[in-house]
Amino acid sequence: MAEVEKIKENLVYAKNRLLTNEVMHYCPGCSHGTIHKLIAEVIDEMGMEDKAVGISPVGCGVLAYNYIDCDWAESAHGRACAVATGIKRMAPDKMVFTYQGDGDLAAIGTGETIHACNRGENITIIYINNAIYGMTGGQMSPTTLVGQRTATTPQGRDVNLHGYPFKISEMAAMLDGTCYVTRQAVNSPANVRKAKKALRKAFEKPMKGQGLALIEFVSTCNSGWKMSPVAANQWMEENMFPEYPLGDLKERE
Amino acid sequence: MAKIKGTIEIDRERCKGCDVCVVACPFKVLALAPEVNGKGYNYSYMVNPDACTGCASCALVCPDSCITVYRKMAE
Amino acid sequence: MKKEIKLMKGNEAIAEAAVRAGCDGYFGYPITPQTEVIETLMELRPWETTGMVVVQSESETASINMVYGAAACGHKAMTTSSSPGISLMGEGLSYIAGAELPCVVVNVQRGGPGLGTIQPSQADYFQATKAGGHGDFNMLVLAPNSVQEMYDFVGLGFELAFKYLNPVMILSDGVIGQMMEKVVVGDAVPRLTDEEIVEKYGDWALTGKKNRKRNVVTSLELEPLRQEKVNHKLQAKYQRMREEEVRYETIQCEDADYVMVAYGASARMSAKVVEMAREDGYKVGLLRPITLFPFPTEVLREMRDRVKGFLSVEMSAGQMKEDIQLAVGCDAVVENYGRYGGVVHTPGEIYEGLKEKLISKFE
Repeated sequence: MAEVEKIKENLVYAKNRLLTNEVMHYCPGCSHGTIHKLIAEVIDEMGMEDKAVGISPVGCGVLAYNYIDCDWAESAHGRACAVATGIKRMAPDKMVFTYQGDGDLAAIGTGETIHACNRGENITIIYINNAIYGMTGGQMSPTTLVGQRTATTPQGRDVNLHGYPFKISEMAAMLDGTCYVTRQAVNSPANVRKAKKALRKAFEKPMKGQGLALIEFVSTCNSGWKMSPVAANQWMEENMFPEYPLGDLKERE
Repeated sequence: MAKIKGTIEIDRERCKGCDVCVVACPFKVLALAPEVNGKGYNYSYMVNPDACTGCASCALVCPDSCITVYRKMAE
Repeated sequence: MKKEIKLMKGNEAIAEAAVRAGCDGYFGYPITPQTEVIETLMELRPWETTGMVVVQSESETASINMVYGAAACGHKAMTTSSSPGISLMGEGLSYIAGAELPCVVVNVQRGGPGLGTIQPSQADYFQATKAGGHGDFNMLVLAPNSVQEMYDFVGLGFELAFKYLNPVMILSDGVIGQMMEKVVVGDAVPRLTDEEIVEKYGDWALTGKKNRKRNVVTSLELEPLRQEKVNHKLQAKYQRMREEEVRYETIQCEDADYVMVAYGASARMSAKVVEMAREDGYKVGLLRPITLFPFPTEVLREMRDRVKGFLSVEMSAGQMKEDIQLAVGCDAVVENYGRYGGVVHTPGEIYEGLKEKLISKFE
């Protein structure tokens, strides 16, 4: 059988041009890289690289601006939605999105997040929920599962001490200002395809002035969870998905 | 009968050997090399290239965008 | 052209000036004694005229970060608050200074610490001039002593903020914020377009990556040697401010034996004290710093050999006194007088304080 020539005519998938050549600092197998890739692909396919402005968080995603080729602002911890509000109100023609983890968005930045949702800012929140503080070395976050071991819950999260996993997307879906709230994952080729469609919708709807779109990615932190990337994906499927079920929570025009 | 045939190219130095592509491949085309790249990772490679259909499952899940996929109809 | 004169509160003057200065975005949260700023703006509805955006945020923390975002777009952004609210902004101010963004922040000071009182105070001097947030940074601090200056310093503040790409604080107080005076209103300055911003201030803002490399607004630098360089650049900027931006006013200092130093509301009252003391035959003068950072160090240093002593008059326990002492040296006589915690001293009280703390030492 003939060899498949590595020529343009046969090309079906390649690194998107809006992903820079910089090697990402993320740990091997980290979901961040896959989600970055989807963001780059969607911005490119929408023809919005001139209009896209990202806001990176404090956390592992802080250097996202090194990897996706559009304008970026780096925000104080948790304040991305306030920064995004400032940008979007100044420049309504821009496609403004925040990129935040669960520590940034669901702990220190809950106020800014919920109020941006409630005001119906025409922005996109990309929320990476891996149930842990990755960058500071694997401490409990608000979304850590009950019983999950972290650096600050070495015996597992105890609800009497730490309360319960925080459901940001369910909260956001309740608010009148949100137009689209969805929960996705990038653990398998099928889920990556679904997530990309959802991400495109999450970018498009605010640009139509319909309100705020929040896309939560249930993600892994294999270093923080102290597992191999493949084992982390499996653990996520078995433990995270029941607590944070995938799918659309809300969609309105 | 026409058959879909594929191949991939892996950016060996960009690869972090996370193994996610190996698991994602429905045809067991990929494996991690016993050798390491410049960063010390056992990079991914095509251990069974003839089985590749160019479905791009590996590339879709690759967090570091190391994989380029080609496919064509083979007679 | 005939000058337009309006009767306004200090806080209303801030709002009016913002619209006329071509401000693009105001982000604020209600707090006494400055709430009239956002109320006036909502009344003026500038989004229907100049296109200026006015947002009532959910907290001062959010306000200052909205300012960060708006300023990152190269736009004229501002917020106003009072002491406890400014404390919440410390984080954002540090990020704005670190990312080298221009903005104007107004603090209409009230009594502290803690929730304190809603009455006027000048106890945020240290915070404004030295410790606005974490890290080695300075804001350029303007201290208005009239409603006219409240008005004028908004435009001046934006000018300086963009000149240095640095936050400018207007450090006012509840007296100036709440009192009414006539104000000569200036001509309106039009808001700038993205193209004009790029042409005027350079191509650093988030205007969309078109025909250029991506712009990133950040205060992060992981490599300490490079972060040290960032700090060197900031320090050079602050030094330039010290050399070029010192502003002050003197009243009868030429022959003065005793010089009062006061800013804002305290300076108005101290000006009256100069008259009272002169009537009694005491040679008293007043130095009014208009910029608190940079501080008028040189003019004080130059006075020290011909002046018997200095009195810092401030509605605080003596914060500016430290800068005066630093300027004139520890062997010079520097005293402090002030009521604080929300109490406003009267000219009579200041005069008594002047006599007791300073003049009695020499006469």
